[in-house]
Amino acid sequence: MASLKRFPAYLRDVQEEVEGYAKDFGLDFFPILYEVLDYKTMNEVAAYGGFPTRYPHWRFGMDYEQLAKSYEWGLSKIYEMVINTSPAYAYLLEGNSLVDQKIVMAHVCAHVDFFKNNYYFSKTNRKMIDGMANHASRVRRHMARWGQDVVEDFIDTCLSLENLIDPMSAYIVRSREPKPDADDEAEEQSGRMRSKGYMESFINPPSYLEAQKKKREEEAKKAKRRFPEQPQRDVLAFLIQHAPLDAWQRDVLEIVRDEAYYFAPQAMTKIMNEGWATYWHSKILTEKALKSSEVIDYADACSGVLATAPGRLNPYKLGVELLRNIEDRWNKGQYGKEWDECESMEQKRNWDLRTGLGRKKVFEVRKLYNDITFLDEFFTLEFCIDQKFYAFGFQERTGNWEIMSREFKKVKDQLLKMLTNRGQPVIVVEDGNFENRSELLLRHIHEGTDLDANQARDTLRNGAKLWTRPVSLLTKVEGKGKLLRCEDGNISERSADY
Amino acid sequence: MSQKIDLDHGRFRQIIRGKIKQNLRKYISQGEMFGKKGKDTVAIPIPSVDIPHFKHGDKQQGGVGQGDGEVGDALGQGEDGDGPGKGHEAGDRPGDHLLDIEISLQELAEIMGEELELPRIQPKGTEKIVAYKDKYTGIRNTGPESLRHFRRTYRQALRRQISMGTYDPKNPVIIPIRDDKRYRSWRSDPLPQSNAVIIYMMDVSGSMGDEQKEIVRTESFWIDTWLKSQYHGIESRYIIHDAMAKEVDRDQFFKTRESGGTMISSAYKLCAKMISDEYPSDLWNIYPFHFSDGDNWSVDDTHTCVELLKKEVLPYVNLFAYGQVESPYGSGQFIKDLTEHFDEDERVVTSEIKGKEAIMDSIKEFLGKGR
Repeated sequence: MASLKRFPAYLRDVQEEVEGYAKDFGLDFFPILYEVLDYKTMNEVAAYGGFPTRYPHWRFGMDYEQLAKSYEWGLSKIYEMVINTSPAYAYLLEGNSLVDQKIVMAHVCAHVDFFKNNYYFSKTNRKMIDGMANHASRVRRHMARWGQDVVEDFIDTCLSLENLIDPMSAYIVRSREPKPDADDEAEEQSGRMRSKGYMESFINPPSYLEAQKKKREEEAKKAKRRFPEQPQRDVLAFLIQHAPLDAWQRDVLEIVRDEAYYFAPQAMTKIMNEGWATYWHSKILTEKALKSSEVIDYADACSGVLATAPGRLNPYKLGVELLRNIEDRWNKGQYGKEWDECESMEQKRNWDLRTGLGRKKVFEVRKLYNDITFLDEFFTLEFCIDQKFYAFGFQERTGNWEIMSREFKKVKDQLLKMLTNRGQPVIVVEDGNFENRSELLLRHIHEGTDLDANQARDTLRNGAKLWTRPVSLLTKVEGKGKLLRCEDGNISERSADY
Repeated sequence: MSQKIDLDHGRFRQIIRGKIKQNLRKYISQGEMFGKKGKDTVAIPIPSVDIPHFKHGDKQQGGVGQGDGEVGDALGQGEDGDGPGKGHEAGDRPGDHLLDIEISLQELAEIMGEELELPRIQPKGTEKIVAYKDKYTGIRNTGPESLRHFRRTYRQALRRQISMGTYDPKNPVIIPIRDDKRYRSWRSDPLPQSNAVIIYMMDVSGSMGDEQKEIVRTESFWIDTWLKSQYHGIESRYIIHDAMAKEVDRDQFFKTRESGGTMISSAYKLCAKMISDEYPSDLWNIYPFHFSDGDNWSVDDTHTCVELLKKEVLPYVNLFAYGQVESPYGSGQFIKDLTEHFDEDERVVTSEIKGKEAIMDSIKEFLGKGR
């Protein structure tokens, strides 16, 4: 891995130069180790998600084949890759022009700064290279003992559920332990209606209190019988704890869950992270590092990165434009109560209080926000119009994807919807003893979009394999509640109350 | 350079292979892979091997884009490969995701062989040596100047000069003399080669419709693929006939449509002539395949056919295959006549192809004898 001998001196000079500028601008990053790779190795490393050692699995081979083919056909080329570790490892593509390498290095500096400082990366394992290698050797050991096919099949099953995690759980408290003394007090209080002393026996007669007490007890009993007590979003954790798995199976499932959590923050901050990196490579190159002879090549590369195509959201473009918009607004004081309440577009257009806080603000944003909060707070009507955003959808009538609306509210709703839970449906464990038959009930928290029915069935089968007993999924299809149940690999469907 | 990914990649290819094998019957009957054929490879759309997840259905979800356009403007077809991307994921096609996998014809033939349990063919004429291949294997002292080995010659000269004490390191001049000269030498390796020719014959009279031809086309692709994997060199010839027979190229073979009557003997005559003129049977493995709907002009002509086969075709060929494609117009009599006359002869294979689904079984009937 650390074969840095392949990093030539002239690139080291560029690295030093670029990192110097980056530090002057206030970027704060882990040390970066570059490696220059030929395209084959680049595709290989990319297929492994940037890591030198992953556990053996065919899907890496599939990803590799797709990357390799798309490179050979000239459809795509990986310019750059960097992983969230300390020190950070980054890869450059052999044979890229010097300008390209400069851009990449500036870009990488900003990514690493983001990894280091953004709150949502704060809980990630910075030694993940070792982590992944460790996972690999564990999986290899299981394969040696139980057979490659068996273990690989099981990994397939686990991966099918890998998105059923709770990425925010590291940052918030989902449930608190009940306070030990709260119980007695509550018992005293609840059920008893407030009354003046002399009215007490009329308002709260003993029979009534007795009835209330009974009712409460029954409720408590019911709650206790519920398992899990609260619907649980981390389905994988639930399975690890409660599914009847062999030790090696549990270990594999833990590995899959671990890696899913490791990658989750990247999905949660894709727009910001790419926007931030683009913002800085543009700033560093155009203001400092670019020679006049390199301007055209730079512009060419940049226009490729920022190109938009119909029906595609370019995270680089959206991210960088929004960051620039924020910088501009905070430079001109376009925020706060007065700004929000101003109705005149004319006045708003010429609003400039010369506050000059733009740079400070973008650094703050990169520290505290993720894609959802970033867009929720800063994606404004003016920005939406200015950047020509639209919402699109599938038009059954014509069989086409069409522009549906340019209305600000619709666009923003759509945008936020797409980003919620990294664009994944929210599935929770509702009942681990469904119908008192130790079956598992999952519930799809329906937020306006149905599940892909075919995939849902296949995934449910995999869930049942792990649980070893029938697994059901409560969801909504075209507005009606539906219960999918998988028993012995067979799926049955019936309507149900949602 | 070997890469770490090779193992995982190999594993992936293995899975793909399994998938293709599983779905072979479907591919064969649907002829799905045509049009995507490269020189030595075909691209096969295989059902997704991707791992299923709970995810949103595409069509309800929609997305956000950036750029010009009026409300109602189309962004692209819903059904084709890349729908608009949603979010920052690449666009997935709705419904069943198909993956185009490139696979070599050789590998495809192997898969087919395994799945249909086709025996490997014992070619006749393996012993025949039809080619020599020259290989440079060593060095000798004599030879033509054009094969002089420059480096070895100078090395020899250097060796001689050092031993003679005439070599001066400060002035390293080396002059080879005649004895120093070294030449490449070669060996001629006999390369046993077995060749095969497939002679396709097809009835193109009016009763053979497009559907029937499609079946022949599909079947011929698989026969080609299999036989190619069994022989070093293979040729294909194409004969069409109605009341007359003529040789055409592959394209013509599948496109031509005549309206005349049917005289099968005309094709057999041409076939027999082809064999006797161009393909001496001691050097060639010969495979005539004939496809028709089973209608012949007259009983007399059928009789001629049988005679032709007996005397001029069968003695020379590895296998004579007759495939009868069911058609609403044909009487289907011919196959009965053939079975009647050649039931005992294992050089003759007949197969009734009732529809696309039957293609695979018919291939198995044709090639299952390992001849």
